[in-house]
Order: sequence, then C-alpha cells, then structure tokens
Amino acid sequence: MARYPDGKQKSALIPVLHIAQEENAGWLSAEAMDYVAELLSLKPIEVYEVATFYSMYNLKPVGKYLFEVCQTGPCMLNGSDDIIAYIKEKLNIGVGETTADGLFTLKTVECLGACGYAPMMQLGKFYKEHLTREKVDALIAECRTVAAANN
Amino acid sequence: MGRKLLLEKANIPGIRTYDVYRANGGYTALEKAFKMAPADIVEEVKKSGLRGRGGAGFPTGMKWSFLARPEGVPRYLVCNADESEPGTFKDRYLMEFLPHLFVEGLVISSFALGANTTYIYIRGEYAWIVDILETAIAEAKAAGWLGKNILGSGFDCEIYVQRGAGAYICGEETALLESLEGKRGNPRIKPPFPAIKGLWDCPTVVNNVETLAAVVPIIEIGGEEYARIGMGRSTGTKLISACGNINKPGIYEIDMTISVEEFIYSEEFCGGIPNGKRLKACIPGGSSVPILPANLLLTTAKGEKRMMTYESLADGGFATGSMMGSGGFIVLDEDQCVVRHTLTLARFYRHESCGQCSPCREGTGWMEKILNNIEYGKGKMSDIDLLWDIQAKIEGNTICPLGDAAAWPVAAAIRHFRDEFEWHVLNPDEAQKANFGLRHYADPIHVATA
Repeated sequence: MARYPDGKQKSALIPVLHIAQEENAGWLSAEAMDYVAELLSLKPIEVYEVATFYSMYNLKPVGKYLFEVCQTGPCMLNGSDDIIAYIKEKLNIGVGETTADGLFTLKTVECLGACGYAPMMQLGKFYKEHLTREKVDALIAECRTVAAANN
Repeated sequence: MGRKLLLEKANIPGIRTYDVYRANGGYTALEKAFKMAPADIVEEVKKSGLRGRGGAGFPTGMKWSFLARPEGVPRYLVCNADESEPGTFKDRYLMEFLPHLFVEGLVISSFALGANTTYIYIRGEYAWIVDILETAIAEAKAAGWLGKNILGSGFDCEIYVQRGAGAYICGEETALLESLEGKRGNPRIKPPFPAIKGLWDCPTVVNNVETLAAVVPIIEIGGEEYARIGMGRSTGTKLISACGNINKPGIYEIDMTISVEEFIYSEEFCGGIPNGKRLKACIPGGSSVPILPANLLLTTAKGEKRMMTYESLADGGFATGSMMGSGGFIVLDEDQCVVRHTLTLARFYRHESCGQCSPCREGTGWMEKILNNIEYGKGKMSDIDLLWDIQAKIEGNTICPLGDAAAWPVAAAIRHFRDEFEWHVLNPDEAQKANFGLRHYADPIHVATA
C-alpha cells in the first residue's frame, strides 16, 4: 500500500484481486470480492465492476489446472485451432468446461504476446509455447502426476 | 549487419543479473545523465528524433516537453508494459532478458522528467516477468541507482511494478491510468491530456518499454549520433517482433535502412517462408494496421522498394500502404485464408472493446458475426458491403483508437482481398475444404517469390 499516495488505496484493487483469486482456488466468489471491498474500504460494486471487466479474473470455479489457449491471428496461423480441438477431444470437455475430476478447465484467450512461439497456452504463472499434440499429451500427463502426488 | 543499440548485449550470459550488466558497461549512461541538467536530457531525446515505440510513433522528446510542471504537484512517469497488440512481443523480450537496460532507462527518464515515483504497468499475463523486474529493481536500488538522493544529486526515485489483469484496452494510455487507479479500463476523453491531468489528476508521461530503453543508448552516444542511424524521420533502431509463417520467428533489432523483402527473406532476419511456400500477405505493424498483399508489401504503388521505415511502410496511405505501428510483423503464406485470419482479429477486438462507445461496442460484435457467417458458408454478397459500411462507421467515431484499430484490419482485408471474400460467398462448400490460395494474383509466382 506504501507504493500509492495517501487515500489512493483503490489502486491496490487489481493486485489484491489477483491474490484473492489465488487464495480462493483460482476464482473470485462474491464472498471473496466482498472481503476485498472491506479490506480496501471500497463499496462492493467498485470491486464487482473491476472483477467483471478484466479477463484474467474467473467468476466461476475452475479446475486445478487452467489451460488458457491463445486463438488470435498469429497463433491461428500456426495451428492453434488444431491444438484447441485436440485438447477438447483428449479431455472430453468443451471450451469453458471443467473435467469431471475437477483437474482441468479449458479456456480460449486472446493474444498473450507469444506470437513468435505459437501455438501457446498459459498454465498458471507461466507460458507453454511451441505446442504440439505430443507436448499437450506430456503436459496433461505431468499435471495428473503432480496432482496424484499431492493427494 | 545493422547497428544494434538495444540488443547488442542480449547474448552475454547472465546479462539479466546486475553484476554482469554492470561489468559490461551498464549504468554508465545513468552516471552520465546525472551529470547533466534534466532539461538537457530532454533536449538530447528531442535531438535523437526518437518516436514512441508503442505504435503511435509520436516524437518522445516533444511528448516530454508537454509535461506540466506546477509547483508542489507530483509528476509521474508511467511505463506502458501492457503489450497486447496481436503480433507484438518485443517488450516482453526486453523486460525478460534485459531488465537492467530497462530499469536504467526508467531512472534516467524519471530524472529528466522530475518524476519521483514511476510505475511499470505490465500486462497481468506476464506474471513471471514481474519477478524478474522486481529483482532488477531491488538490485539497482541496493547498488545506489535508485532510492534516495541518487548519486548525491538530491533526486529521489522509486519504481513500482503494477500488474494488469487481462485487457488490451489498458494499452491505451488513459485506460491504463484508469486501471492503475483501480478502475475499469475505460479510456478518458482527451483533452485534458495526461501531460496536464494524468495519474490521480497529476501531470503524467506514459511511454512504451522500448521507448524508455532507447533513452539509454541515446544518452550513451548522444542524440545527434542516434539520429544519424536510420532514414529520414525513422531514426535509431526499432525492435520488430516477427511471427506467422516464417522460418525464424523472434525479435529483431533493425536500423531502419533495410527493405521489407530483405527482412522476410534474409537469413539474418526471418529466413524466408517454411516449406518452400510463397508469400501471400503481411501485416507489418501489429494486428491493427492494414494487411498488405505480397505485391504491395514488397513494392510501393509508385514502384519503389518498400523499406522497413515509418515513412515507407505508410507510403500510399491506407489505399496502398500500411504502418510501422508497434512493429508486430505477421506473415501469411499461400495456404492461409484472409477471411479466417480477419475473423480472428475481429473476434479479438469484439472481446477487447471496453463497451463505452456504441459504434465500437456494437460494431465489433456485428463484424465478428458477419465474418463468421462468411467463413462458415452462410454469407451473402451484400454482407461484404455491410462489413465495409460498419467499419467505416466505427472509424473516427470513438473516444479512443481501439475503434479505428478494429475497423482497419477489416477495411484493408476487403480493400485488397475482396475477391477472396466473394469466393467464400459464392463457393460456400468448397471454402470449407479448400483455400483461395494465391488466386488473387494474376502472376503469383512473380509476385510472391523473392
């Protein structure tokens, strides 16, 4: 909060919502947003209107692993349509859906600034680039192994 | 080999760390700058002819000189690191691999502008880069290049990194300021410009990452020397993010003296098109700028070689030219469908419209729907004219340039590839299975092979 001038605590809203989402299994519930509002002395509507504006905030529950696959022009030129279709087939879910075991959610997103390393997806904090069907297989297997080890 | 000013040291192992950067001449421009008067730094930047590297190409020195300096009111420098224009990924490279060059540029610029607090507004998806930047800032501070009374000058400066949360519109400077204030990214009506009323209503300069990094070599070699590189009003070097159907996608620093043809086909840059395919079209400056067919890309309508400069890329206006924009260079080979590519861009702009102005909010949705119909065999001939009509009604009728950015790709695709749209409408079944290819060109081999 010290990074903003006095009385400008509203500027902390976007970073704080990122933290709230992380702490709340990857999505922002109404309770989480109300808590943030109280924390920053804002009206709940000020939080809701921001949370609904930015595409990184998930307003409903997501799987443990969120595959955010870019589908904009440069990725499309390098086969993102095929990658998205493959993930759908492999996980047997549609875009915006979560697998029955709660492990994976597939989301399509617009340009993430990795156009030279297309096709790509964001997985958590990092990018997975130069995607192929084999890399997708390996990623899914890795996620399953890590999840099983943590259980 | 062109001259490199920004990426010269990019391949030195460990250049991301403070010690290696410093051992290779890092922060000497900062030392030099702190012996100068702030106004003289602004003068050097003016002399350099540096133009904003975010896309608009506005002269940086002039932008700096507009900054209001009322007594007792803080001034801010805000770095626009919200890189979101499809085809553009150069700022990411600078921040990820040369964070200290960037920090050095930020401190010099903050000193020149008298900004004691500087914010880097970075797109939320670049989450791991936030850590890289915060490490570099901490290292610079520990070494005395940041913080209180830098080099005994009496000047204090702090730099903070603020993450966005997924919104292309926040690359527009006033939307960015709204977002930094913790609000929705709705652009403000200008005037007043940020130089007068910006962050928290205080005078603010908003500059792109590459622009601020370029201040380091400008101070190092001097504005006049910097201005001698390049051609005409395209001074210095420019980072180009090359992507699409090319052999060597990536970031290239060009000195703005090479031709477009050389950039695509030379081994030093894109290395040509994979699998022996021919060039169909290219968007040379990020998704918003007009797409050009191969013939107009390589040669201007006047028959001159098209060069990688602000002026040459724009030669012929929108009728036969395009723009340097952000330097997002997207190449389409002969197997690509212009209708489908335009549809992905239309979807992008519909998704990213903030919804404040009706022409953009409604128009981007209509354009996506109509393009979707044409792409999936449900289009009518009149749809092509309707698309043209909608884009013309968006352009120039919105608060911010996102409306124009959404209109231009659609306009240029119809302007140059109308035959491909018509083919989709007339041959809906075939268009599902096959591609229009290079039928647009009377002599595709001659046109599309360098």
